[in-house]
Amino acid sequence: MSCALLLLLTSLALVMGTGTAVEIQRPRGVPQSKRQFYEENKPFTCLDGSSTIPFDQVNDDYCDCRDGSDEPGTAACPNGSFHCTNAGFRPAFIPSSRINDGICDCCDTTDEYNSGATCQNTCREMGRKERESLQIMAEITKEGFLLKQQLIHEAKRGQEDKQGKLTELQGSKKGLEGKMEALRTVKKTAEDPEKEAKERHLKSWEEQKELIRMEKDKTRMAEAFLELDDDADGYVSVAELQSHLELDPDSDGSLTETETQGLLGGAGKVDTSTFETVWSGIKDKYLSEGLSDPPAPVETPKEEESRDFVSDHDSDHYPEDYAGEEEDVEDDEEDDDHEEEEKVPPTVQTPEKREDDELSMPPYDTETQILIDAAQKARDDFDEAERALREVDGQMKNLEKEIGFDFGPSAEFAYLYSQCYELSTSEYIYRLCPFNRVSQKPKFGGSETNLGLWGQWAGPEENLYSVMKYDHGQGCWQGPNRSTTVKLTCGKETVVTSTSEPSRCEYLMEFTTPAVCQEPASLDEVLHGHTEL
Amino acid sequence: LLKGACVTARRMDMEEKCSRANSVSGIQEMDENGVVLSLGADSQWLIVSAKPFRLDIMEGREVLLSLNSRGLLAFEHLRIRTVTSAELVLNVVCPGWLFSPTGPSSISLDFSLPGVEHVYGIPEHADSLKLKTTDGGDPYRLFNLDVFQYELFNPMALYGAIPVMLSHSAQRTMGIFWLNAAETWVDISSNTAGKTVFGQMLDYVQGSSETPQTDVRWISESGIIDVFIMLGPTPTDVFSQYSSLTGTQAFPPLSALAYHQCRWNYNDQEDVAAVDQGFDEHDIPYDFIWLDIEHTDGKRYFTWDPHKFPQPKDMLQGLVDKRRKMVTIVDPHIKVDSSYKIHNEIRSKGFYVKNKDGGDYEGWCWPGNSGYPDFTNPEMRAWWASMFAYDQYEGSMENMYTWNDMNEPSVFNGPEVTMHKDALHGNWENRDLHNLYGLYVQMATAEGLIERSGGVERPFVLTRAFFAGSQRYGAVWTGDNTAEWEHLKISIPMCLSLGLVGVSFCGADVGGFFKSPSTELLVRWYQTGAYQPFFRAHAHLDTPRREPWLFGPENTALIREAVRQRYALLPYWYQLFYHAHHSGQPVMRPLWVEYPQDTATFSMDDQFLLGEDLLVHPVTEEGGRGVTAYLPGKGEVWFDVHTFQKHNGAQNLYIPVTISSIPVFQRGGSIIPRKARVRRSSSCMEHDPYTLFVALSPKRFAQGELYIDDGHTFNFDKQKQFIHRRLSFANKALSSRNLAPGSQFITPSWIEKIVILGASKPSKATLKTPDGKENLLEFEFDASMSVLTLRKPGVNAGVDWTVVLQ
Repeated sequence: MSCALLLLLTSLALVMGTGTAVEIQRPRGVPQSKRQFYEENKPFTCLDGSSTIPFDQVNDDYCDCRDGSDEPGTAACPNGSFHCTNAGFRPAFIPSSRINDGICDCCDTTDEYNSGATCQNTCREMGRKERESLQIMAEITKEGFLLKQQLIHEAKRGQEDKQGKLTELQGSKKGLEGKMEALRTVKKTAEDPEKEAKERHLKSWEEQKELIRMEKDKTRMAEAFLELDDDADGYVSVAELQSHLELDPDSDGSLTETETQGLLGGAGKVDTSTFETVWSGIKDKYLSEGLSDPPAPVETPKEEESRDFVSDHDSDHYPEDYAGEEEDVEDDEEDDDHEEEEKVPPTVQTPEKREDDELSMPPYDTETQILIDAAQKARDDFDEAERALREVDGQMKNLEKEIGFDFGPSAEFAYLYSQCYELSTSEYIYRLCPFNRVSQKPKFGGSETNLGLWGQWAGPEENLYSVMKYDHGQGCWQGPNRSTTVKLTCGKETVVTSTSEPSRCEYLMEFTTPAVCQEPASLDEVLHGHTEL
Repeated sequence: LLKGACVTARRMDMEEKCSRANSVSGIQEMDENGVVLSLGADSQWLIVSAKPFRLDIMEGREVLLSLNSRGLLAFEHLRIRTVTSAELVLNVVCPGWLFSPTGPSSISLDFSLPGVEHVYGIPEHADSLKLKTTDGGDPYRLFNLDVFQYELFNPMALYGAIPVMLSHSAQRTMGIFWLNAAETWVDISSNTAGKTVFGQMLDYVQGSSETPQTDVRWISESGIIDVFIMLGPTPTDVFSQYSSLTGTQAFPPLSALAYHQCRWNYNDQEDVAAVDQGFDEHDIPYDFIWLDIEHTDGKRYFTWDPHKFPQPKDMLQGLVDKRRKMVTIVDPHIKVDSSYKIHNEIRSKGFYVKNKDGGDYEGWCWPGNSGYPDFTNPEMRAWWASMFAYDQYEGSMENMYTWNDMNEPSVFNGPEVTMHKDALHGNWENRDLHNLYGLYVQMATAEGLIERSGGVERPFVLTRAFFAGSQRYGAVWTGDNTAEWEHLKISIPMCLSLGLVGVSFCGADVGGFFKSPSTELLVRWYQTGAYQPFFRAHAHLDTPRREPWLFGPENTALIREAVRQRYALLPYWYQLFYHAHHSGQPVMRPLWVEYPQDTATFSMDDQFLLGEDLLVHPVTEEGGRGVTAYLPGKGEVWFDVHTFQKHNGAQNLYIPVTISSIPVFQRGGSIIPRKARVRRSSSCMEHDPYTLFVALSPKRFAQGELYIDDGHTFNFDKQKQFIHRRLSFANKALSSRNLAPGSQFITPSWIEKIVILGASKPSKATLKTPDGKENLLEFEFDASMSVLTLRKPGVNAGVDWTVVLQ
């Protein structure tokens, strides 16, 4: 039976660094600090005071105390804990359930005293290793902390520089605003006469164009009359006109006598003077007999020019031709209907109109041109001033943003701003641009994925600046937007040391920087801080 | 028909089982239109009528069940098919789907169940425990399919199919086993369905009219009519009758009954180590960590991703050191890749399923283009089993077990995401045996795990697809559920339905597979899952991590407590599985199985029994402030296992709950063994002592058992190495005596504590051991709850002893 497990450790030698052996007596699993509560041969009162039991029921492998304090050395209590001294390493508490469970938990093997598990005492080895790594860490911390001081110093200077620059920019912004206002007035003053002169010019051109058109129309009419007057009797008769099927008013394919008579204003035939009235009714449809087919509708850039000229006089930019329009990719997705419309060829134009369109506006007279040039210069000057102001605004905004960032209590993280750090894995290149974004790019082609934009510092309350959070990255199928947690640890170098994706689309990045190095405690403190004597 | 059944049984290698079944013993009466045959016991008769053809099974003057009473018997005989043009069109739309080369071959038969208003079973459906009538809707469909985000309360087919229906009334429980693995449909109608309570009352008051009756019609696409009728009369009888046909639940290794931590996917060895460490840091026990498909080298099963899992044996050894285990996934779709050994061997041996033109059938699955081994071929199964040998499955070790997923089989580009019906398994079309494929995959895998240990170790294999008999090979789970409250609730009827037809080792993904559960839902799911047979948390690749400690210390503590309750109860779970293995009794039971005359229990599926002694009513409502549990049994009592408060049976009990509540009751009259020392894995608890919870009946009587063996080998069976003891409390004495005199096993475990609920205070308690010694035991008595706790009997769990209270 395995229940007689009360076992007092009569001579547990604790070998300390100095090699001094100290003999102590206490029940199994009790830490030195609680030794006084376990007095041999006196009734034991549970540490929560809930009951008192004979001392031989301490560590008898049956749980009597609600707080588990009567079984520090057995697994009997579900909420108990066992103290391993771990001489040569750090002492530790383990849950009672790990006593004699066949797994070595304490490096001094004291937790497996009755399970058959063979454990090796690894405390000294572990102690040595820990000492070594603490030593290394301490050195890193020391150097890192020095670097950090430098970073703080630089950040302070940088911050001052930026503040100075900002003040400077604020001054020049004022100047630029004044200048821009002045130029706006100049521009207006120059544009008014320009507009008047242009309108004048246009108006006279319109009048002239109308005259030319009338002249041309007359010529065509005379030609048509001669063409129609087949028998050259000075009259155009119903019969002569009837051969022009294109004039059929109801477009049923036959031009009847009555219809033709209607076209001739009710008369059987007309002379040149009466033909004027008839002509105005048929000229849009009339096809010269010299042409066997109706002309194919051909669009020319010139036509476009004339069509847009009036409304777009301000600009030297004309719409592109149709080919150009179709190549315009950006337009493609924006507005399909609009595009469809543009693709439809314009309706058939009469030859007259086409001729008319071939005419172009004569150049501006010198006087107008001078006004235009002056106005253009005023516009350019104004635009230039506006651009300069925008630029200053942008610079100020960037500066204000940078100054506004939380770069840590002493701005020690400021040096990371506008830097990027990369880590290459077997598949991807990860890129961390602190205070900006995290991204991932496949090594062998493929586009970059946004793993998150700068969110906030996200460390625990007492150590806020130990974790950075980047979120709102590219969305995941059926999942959240990608996000990245960056854990910062003290190091001499600024470098991304590892990345992983512990959960789908939630990335974890480890990053060393001197900026998180704490003031080093003395090595002795680190090593002996928790050692129980 | 009965002869047909025996022929089929022989085909299924169950000859000796069949001979035990009732046989027709003689012609009793006969005329020109029929014969009356005696069925032997209990004055049961079979009346065969010729015109119209029908069969009636009678007991005395009562009709128990009629076949073809509605004349729906139909069959089509095989013939040379002439293709109609309509068929041609359909075959273009659904190639290989509709028509076999021998023409349509469907079969159908109807069954009438007079006096029956409740039928159950025919899993797998995400539906209530009591089957619904299908009038005006689709019939229940049985056709193994990989269903994406399945719908609830729907007769649609899911991953598995067990064509077994149970009928139950206060008088009798019966079963119908329609042995057919082709696509099958079941229509249910009832003459009382749709009647209002008032209508039923009126019938009753007026002494009216018709007896309630349920009519059922089975239709299968092909095969023969091959039916087993199980006449009961008790639920227990039906369970043993059915298990005599298809076998009983495999007895799992004890650790498989503990908690399983799964996720698609644990990313790499470091991740596995970190999760393992997380469980220790948060002091939560677990036994198995699982690796889904991403652990393989390009979805080539039996391999490891060389970057993520470069040293699988180191990883497994790390788990061995913690006395924990691993499951890796092995799916039946095999990547078509000439540099993949498994593929090359299957191809060269001609083991792949063929398409109708004789070439290897190929379809798309996780690895891309894949072949599907013909698991119906015994040679293929033997070869597959040999692949689990330690020298074949590189990187595998004794503590690594297997999970068969996607074995419906899932074919991404196949009709309804499964195999074409005209694909060929030898001479058989997939059409004819579709629902059996998954069973054979698990069979071959389980055989592999047995073989690799030289026949010593019990296997543990989880499957998604299943058929009648799958219980012999391991566990099943309810597939890809969703992190929603309704899915938590449906896990109860889904596993109850499976338990009724032989499959006791059932569970649902704790937390829900798709989507992300709220913290409350996750906690409630752990609490529910802790009391269901297969207890595994699982999550989809695209969901955020949900290891138990990621939701703040309060929720970590709640989950820890739920898992600990599971571990403490493992001795009872193990004992229940021993019985399921031994006699086919379900582990998780509807209340009516134990209270067959209590009509109030017939439709209950929000609470259940574990064995006959524990009643569980988990909280499955969001924001639940209380549950109303029905405690059955007039004159019985139930004890709250947490507070020990006593409640009377035959009442609806309102229980106020908090987020930490898991309402569980122990039946007065029972003794349940627990291990109170919960450790980090079940193996660590192997030699720990037992605490016995003795819940007294109103007559101050209680009875229970204690079953102990090595927990993982077949020695319990082959060498009778086990302890099985009867614990009984009567006449103020609690005793332990041997239930299996031929057995022997030595355990270091002892009796740590005995808690007697509903006790009165004795003046002294004496422990008597076989060596004649008598020891006085210290005890505590809690008068407010009438709980007597005997301190440290200390007697070995395997010997005779008696505690006498005076």
